[in-house]
Amino acid sequence: MNRSKRRTGRRHPLATAALLALGLVFTGGAYAALSSGSVAQAEAEPTSQQTIEEGKKLFQANCSTCHGLEAQGSDDGPSLIGVGAASVDFQVGTGRMPMQMQGPQAQVKPPQFTDEQVKQLAYYVASLGPGPDIPADHLVNGGGDAANGAELFRINCAMCHNVAGAGGALTEGKFAPPLTDVSGVHIYEAMVTGPQNMPVFNDLNISPEDKRDIITYLKYVQDNRSPGGFELGSLGPVAEGLFIWIFGLGAIVAITVWITAKSN
Amino acid sequence: MAQDDHSGVDLVAADSSHAEQEFAGSTGTAVIPHDAFENPGFEPHRLRVTDEDPKREKRAQRTVYTLFYLSVLGSVWAIAAYMLFPMESNDVGAVRLNNMFVGIGVTLALLGLGFGAVHWGKSLMTSAESIDIRHPIGGAPATQQGAVEVMRQADEESGFSRRTVIRNSLIGALLAFPLPAVVLFRGLGPQDQLPVELLSHTMWKQGTRLALDPSGVPIRASDVTIGSAFHVIPEGLNDLEHGKLEEKAKAAVLLMRLDPADLTESPERADWSYQGIVAYSKICTHVGCPVALYEQHTHHLLCPCHQSQFDVTNHCEVIFGPAKRPLPQLPIAVDDEGYLIAQSDFTEPVGPSFWERH
Amino acid sequence: MSTATTRSTAPEKRSFTAAASEYVNDRTGIAVAIKGLGRKAFPDHWSFLLGEVALFSFIVVLVSGTFLTFFFQASMAEVHYDGSYVPLKGVEMSVAMASTLDISFDIRGGLFVRQMHHWAALLFVAAIGLHMLRVFFTGAFRKPREINWVFGFLLFILAMAEGFTGYSLPDDLLSGNGLRIIDGMVKGIPLIGTWTSFLLFGGEFPGTAIVGRLYTLHILLLPALVVALIAVHVGYVFIHKHTQFAGPGRQPTNSVGPPVLPIYAAKAGGFMFIIWGVIALIASLFTINPIWNYGPYDPSPVSAGTQPDWYIGFADGALRLIPPGWEFVWLERTWSFNILVPLIAIGIFLVLVVSYPFIEAWIKGDRREHHIADRPRNAPTRTAIGAAGVTFYAGLWAAASSDLLATHFSLTMEGVINALQATVILGPIIAYFITKRVCIALQKKDREIVLHGYESGRIVKLPGGEFIEVHQPLDEYDRWRLVSFESYEPLMLRPNARGKITAGQRLRASLSRWFFEDRIAPVTRGELEAAHSGHHAAEVDTTHS
Repeated sequence: MNRSKRRTGRRHPLATAALLALGLVFTGGAYAALSSGSVAQAEAEPTSQQTIEEGKKLFQANCSTCHGLEAQGSDDGPSLIGVGAASVDFQVGTGRMPMQMQGPQAQVKPPQFTDEQVKQLAYYVASLGPGPDIPADHLVNGGGDAANGAELFRINCAMCHNVAGAGGALTEGKFAPPLTDVSGVHIYEAMVTGPQNMPVFNDLNISPEDKRDIITYLKYVQDNRSPGGFELGSLGPVAEGLFIWIFGLGAIVAITVWITAKSN
Repeated sequence: MAQDDHSGVDLVAADSSHAEQEFAGSTGTAVIPHDAFENPGFEPHRLRVTDEDPKREKRAQRTVYTLFYLSVLGSVWAIAAYMLFPMESNDVGAVRLNNMFVGIGVTLALLGLGFGAVHWGKSLMTSAESIDIRHPIGGAPATQQGAVEVMRQADEESGFSRRTVIRNSLIGALLAFPLPAVVLFRGLGPQDQLPVELLSHTMWKQGTRLALDPSGVPIRASDVTIGSAFHVIPEGLNDLEHGKLEEKAKAAVLLMRLDPADLTESPERADWSYQGIVAYSKICTHVGCPVALYEQHTHHLLCPCHQSQFDVTNHCEVIFGPAKRPLPQLPIAVDDEGYLIAQSDFTEPVGPSFWERH
Repeated sequence: MSTATTRSTAPEKRSFTAAASEYVNDRTGIAVAIKGLGRKAFPDHWSFLLGEVALFSFIVVLVSGTFLTFFFQASMAEVHYDGSYVPLKGVEMSVAMASTLDISFDIRGGLFVRQMHHWAALLFVAAIGLHMLRVFFTGAFRKPREINWVFGFLLFILAMAEGFTGYSLPDDLLSGNGLRIIDGMVKGIPLIGTWTSFLLFGGEFPGTAIVGRLYTLHILLLPALVVALIAVHVGYVFIHKHTQFAGPGRQPTNSVGPPVLPIYAAKAGGFMFIIWGVIALIASLFTINPIWNYGPYDPSPVSAGTQPDWYIGFADGALRLIPPGWEFVWLERTWSFNILVPLIAIGIFLVLVVSYPFIEAWIKGDRREHHIADRPRNAPTRTAIGAAGVTFYAGLWAAASSDLLATHFSLTMEGVINALQATVILGPIIAYFITKRVCIALQKKDREIVLHGYESGRIVKLPGGEFIEVHQPLDEYDRWRLVSFESYEPLMLRPNARGKITAGQRLRASLSRWFFEDRIAPVTRGELEAAHSGHHAAEVDTTHS
């Protein structure tokens, strides 16, 4: 397989995306691009006014304390106008929102809402201003090119999330969470919205097809156990070193004691 | 050493028995009381159950040969597993099975042998201990004197001590002869390049477009939205025939867009950024790891290797960790087509400090 | 053929074994060795097997490494991977990386051998470390073994070098960033750093030379040195005969234990297979160094949790613990103290480790040979120094995983690093004092036991109505184990022959005071008699029980 060939093959979607962006800039879409980077609104499910109304009720009951009655934000929480459905689906769908308490970063918890409620909230927030939408199925089902995804993952994601998606430390108690159990949709949404301190990876940086490839790679890692055996948390040499000292040498010392003990 | 002598009345020489006389030597500051306990000699030999009970002996024997046969079984299994678990192309699961089953066979073969042999030694072999007598490592006085005599005679016959002119010239020659070998090692590095020169420049020059890593697609300023982090290489890097990784190791850049209000820029660098878009070298000024962990709200950059932290809002000054210098900033601008370009190369060497840097 | 000749000349029937043995012996003189060494006594204690663990795991490293060389190609030429691992298909990488992937995915049993090799290497260095601690804490480095301590130390350094060169060979992302760190450290060395890096990498980092060069070191020079030093090291164990712990019948002038043939041979030979089996078991069940996750080296990416293998961890940790700002420009040259201080600190630490036997010998002035291993408690200051050293090393080692400590214990990375900075400086001091007190307390306990016997747990009522606990006196063998050690007293400072007190003697005297001020002497016969007569009434029924 020739890589340069593959590269040129990949350039088409990017070029399309770049053209699209160019058009948007010229047609006054600069705001949308600046605030969220994603303009993929076309795929949105037809959302009824009723869904949005339901979402609004849920929002006012559960989120408005921090984010304000009209999602305009307050001292305790940012404005959600223009964050898009993707952001809500990620934050609420992974249980990060509503937050239990202020801390270095929102923690993953069992989701507080049903899938339907999450969607209602998401479309309510989406109705407040243009923002990235929940990705379509074909982008998140893992049907892409794992090798391309792996390479992009190493360059854009591995420094925080670890090459095997095991997670890693950030400053002042924050951390990049493990990606081992995260669904494709949520990974996609995290990339387009940049939750917490994660940077935004808009579609001009990593195209939707590239995002699909990254998800494909992560799914590959999730679905295939390590060929070498137990992974020891995929934490690298530290885990390996501790293992050989505690279990390797530990077992061997026990054996030396048995060997030199007087037989009775 | 006079200080070490213990002439007090309650002290006697360290070694009293005849055998220990050979080991005589200064006891230093050791205290040897005259009424120390004496070695009671060996304990009576204790028999094992296998020595006393023929049934247990039989059982131990059975255990040992069972273990050895298990070992044979393990070896056979490992060979069988090698054939039963081929590694189908593209299937990680098959590799896993091959590794595990071949490995477990080998393990059984080795552990069966090992535990069998040790158990044999422990429970069936005669358990009497052997006693060796130690002799001083330096050898008997006569041997030592003999050696001294040999050396003296060799010196006498060669005149090594006497003919000082010869001796000194020999030492000189011996010191000088390895030096050419040291010079040869200059060839480890290219002869036509100087390291300081190389370290001072990167591929960036005026007008080089900033391109995405790894695709090499150039980036427009409008692509870079607030909160984004782009991993950047110079356009044209992928087309290099040689030295791609070496250039990338110096030229890798992280591109971020912040709210311009968050940036504190010094006057002389005010035009190095573009509407809140800043580009900094990704190579840590500590020992060179890629500093790419960007936190979009705190605007901190973190190096995953040694935890140096840089403040992007403040020209990437170090705020924590072992690095000293801020990450070098790449001055950027936008060309006519809206693409981000470098205004120039970095204005200082990127990456880890080196001796000649100032 | 020769057997036939022998048989024809010998009138009586001779077995094949006998004839073959004679044939071999007549040509090798092996009978001398068998006669001389076959019944050599080998003192038995579990901790005496730790060096063997290192030796046996080295054999695994050597054999599995040889297998790997048949497939590994130490070239940094770029290729497009087309092996079996899907997430790397078509990716550009060096031949070294591609061939390592082929060993893992396309050669049956290759991954098993690769994992054996790497696990055995980790075990090799770990076993050396534990073996060194055993030798240190039992004083087995004393005369005549000081030089063998140095050989062992060199083996430890060589083992680390072997490990690091091997870790770098696959040219994957993890090891490439490791080399990047080495490059950065080398560049920080004054005067020679820049050129050293330039020559090491054959130009600029990463270049195309380093993997080939490390490979030469890894499979030729370093193993040759390791094998040679192991031969010398083990040779000296034979010459010196092994140390033994104090025990009845064990004298400084003898060596007591099972004979080499057959018991020791069975146990050590069996143990060798057990070590190999343990390594094989780990290699078949546990992933090590999954380079397929790391991907090929590229100077731009990096993984969270980038760490060296455990034995280099202490150096990496030392780099992490330096506070910001330790770098200056002076005389138009850059002085990277953020790199020099860790290097110098580690250098001093290693020099202290290798020279400790000579320092202790100088302080004691003891010129006798010592073949009886100390119980750690009976050398409180040495044990405390050892504990301080272990704490220092462990602090640096833990610092190499500061990020993982932070995420796994929900701490801040900054907090972990600040705490470890304190640990590395204060920890050794605290460990020193605690260990010394514990040792002295244990010695006092030993004295109590010798003087008054074990507490039997049996309470009896005396005729006068008093309750006492019966103390079980020791038999002479157990007592001997507790009293057969020597204590040292501080050096008395006296003028030398020319009536002067030299600075060296002053230093030695103060070190000696530090070492031996708190001294617990072994119980003497006189003390035991005094104790017995003093408590005669109370112990009357126990001494005769």
